Amino acid sequence: MQSPYSHTRATLALAKASFRSIMRSPSAVVFTLAFPLIFILVFGFLGGGGTKLDIAVAPGSDLQNPVIASLEKMPVIRLTKNDELGNILKALEKGNYDALITVERNKNGVPAYFTTVKYTSASLDKGNILKSILNELSYNLNSQNIKPTVTEIRSSTVNGRLYRTIDFILPGQLGFSLLSTGVFGTAFVFFSLRQNLVIKRFFATPVKRSSIVLGEAIARIGFALLGALFIILIGHFFFSFTLVNGVTTVANMLILATMGVIVFMGFGFVVSGIAKSESTIPPISNIITLPQFLLSGTFFSIEAFPTWLQPISRALPLTYLNDAMRKVAFEGAGLWEVRHQMLIILIWGIVIYSVAVKTFKWE
Amino acid sequence: MNKVIIDVKNLVKNYDDFKAVQGLSFEVYENEIFGLLGPNGAGKTTTLEIIETLRQKTSGEVTVDGFSIDKDASAIKRIIGVQLQAAGYYPNLNLVELLELFSGLYGVMVNPMEMLEKVNLQEKAKAKYKALSGGQKQRFSIATTLINSPKIIFLDEPTTGLDPQARRNLWDLITQIRDNGTTVVITTHYMDEAEQLCDRVAFVERGQIIALDTPDQLIDNLIANGFERKKEVKKANLEDVFINLTGKEWREN
Repeated sequence: MQSPYSHTRATLALAKASFRSIMRSPSAVVFTLAFPLIFILVFGFLGGGGTKLDIAVAPGSDLQNPVIASLEKMPVIRLTKNDELGNILKALEKGNYDALITVERNKNGVPAYFTTVKYTSASLDKGNILKSILNELSYNLNSQNIKPTVTEIRSSTVNGRLYRTIDFILPGQLGFSLLSTGVFGTAFVFFSLRQNLVIKRFFATPVKRSSIVLGEAIARIGFALLGALFIILIGHFFFSFTLVNGVTTVANMLILATMGVIVFMGFGFVVSGIAKSESTIPPISNIITLPQFLLSGTFFSIEAFPTWLQPISRALPLTYLNDAMRKVAFEGAGLWEVRHQMLIILIWGIVIYSVAVKTFKWE
Repeated sequence: MNKVIIDVKNLVKNYDDFKAVQGLSFEVYENEIFGLLGPNGAGKTTTLEIIETLRQKTSGEVTVDGFSIDKDASAIKRIIGVQLQAAGYYPNLNLVELLELFSGLYGVMVNPMEMLEKVNLQEKAKAKYKALSGGQKQRFSIATTLINSPKIIFLDEPTTGLDPQARRNLWDLITQIRDNGTTVVITTHYMDEAEQLCDRVAFVERGQIIALDTPDQLIDNLIANGFERKKEVKKANLEDVFINLTGKEWREN
């Protein structure tokens, strides 16, 4: 009467159930999709504009002159002509204006105009940019119709790939999304399945333990990859995220994402095993995710960190995932070229799963 | 004429230094409702979970439909249905989806709606388990035990916490399951329930069986020993009054 029992069918039934459950879980959707997307939106719009110099033109300044006319043509410069002096000075102190400029006609003839610039220590970087802009501007204006006696600089720019903020931010956010899906999702699900005796009820059926873990893993990896694909596509089509080799690049990124989420799930298994109650899961998970979130080059390149901090960054798995993702996406590297990063992620996987086997609890 | 379907011999279970079950022996016959009665901590649940292959025994022998729990645990799991005390179900899924999951876990094809009809929950098909009332939760749990058309189902305190209407409704359901040819092993704290529902009962106390017979026989034995109730028994009790006043229908939702 009995047909042979199919472990594959049991595994797939679990994967389907788990996937449905994840899709309906608000926290999974928020952490995997909404959070990374918000960051991408913010940085996408911030990054698109580039640097802007806010310059106030002093009241009573001459406006019909070549200096102001040239400045107005420059996209990086935003001139404000109708502010009062009192406001301008206050705004300068706060760095809301980067400089105050006054242009006066010289009644004595040559030079035709005097340009006075007041910088602010609240915005030195931008002041320096303005300085060189003004130097070049005055040189160009002064040397009109004059042949250079020593040298003429002829510059040109190689047409390279434009490295936008999104090219840095998106892989980092992708890594963060995978990290939180892997750690938080896995930890919460296995803890609550254990606590609510869901797993015990499963054990009263012929299902194998490996099917339970595998089914859950299939669902979570599937969900993480869908999330990753969604983030990549939004980034590519709305914020011009660079995918050097198109579909191949996406496929490579998804392979890296799979590796990443499997390793991060290992952390989740450990957390679900050592957590004593549901309320201890978030702090323990945060101990794992936050340092990686901050130190693994999610927002800033780890080269920007102080030297004593860099070895810590270079020990974290997310650092290598982010690094590999950026190389693949922007430089068009193949998986073989990021084997070093993949190897370190793999080593992390072996370490964390050997811990997970020891700490994981079924009941 | 009674075929033994569960055979428990000298079952012992020790937790560290606590002896939960101390040499239990009993038989369950095919197609009966068998009750395990006794106070909390007497070892009822432990005994059930050992028979269900969810817990390791310390010593003794248990066979279920001829399969040994030591060697054929997976064969046993395929012919039994288990309702656990206070078990939860996979979060965020509705009843139909949960039944689909269980049919996958048992490796059988069932129509979830038919399963829900068996326990009169077809109107709750799209509801989440958490949103059900106590009686509905128990009936759903029983539906999950019936998925694999089991030979035996185990019900651990299925009526605890239910109102009289829900309780009586569950008795009807359990009787109907027995009448369809399934053996039922049940634990309960309610003696009126055991008396009405069970074909035979075993009293468990401190990990041992202290009495085993039909409810009728056990009562007759007690009376034969000269026992008498202090108050004369009336032809109805307060629960009859309750049911009479509030009606038999369900009042859930």
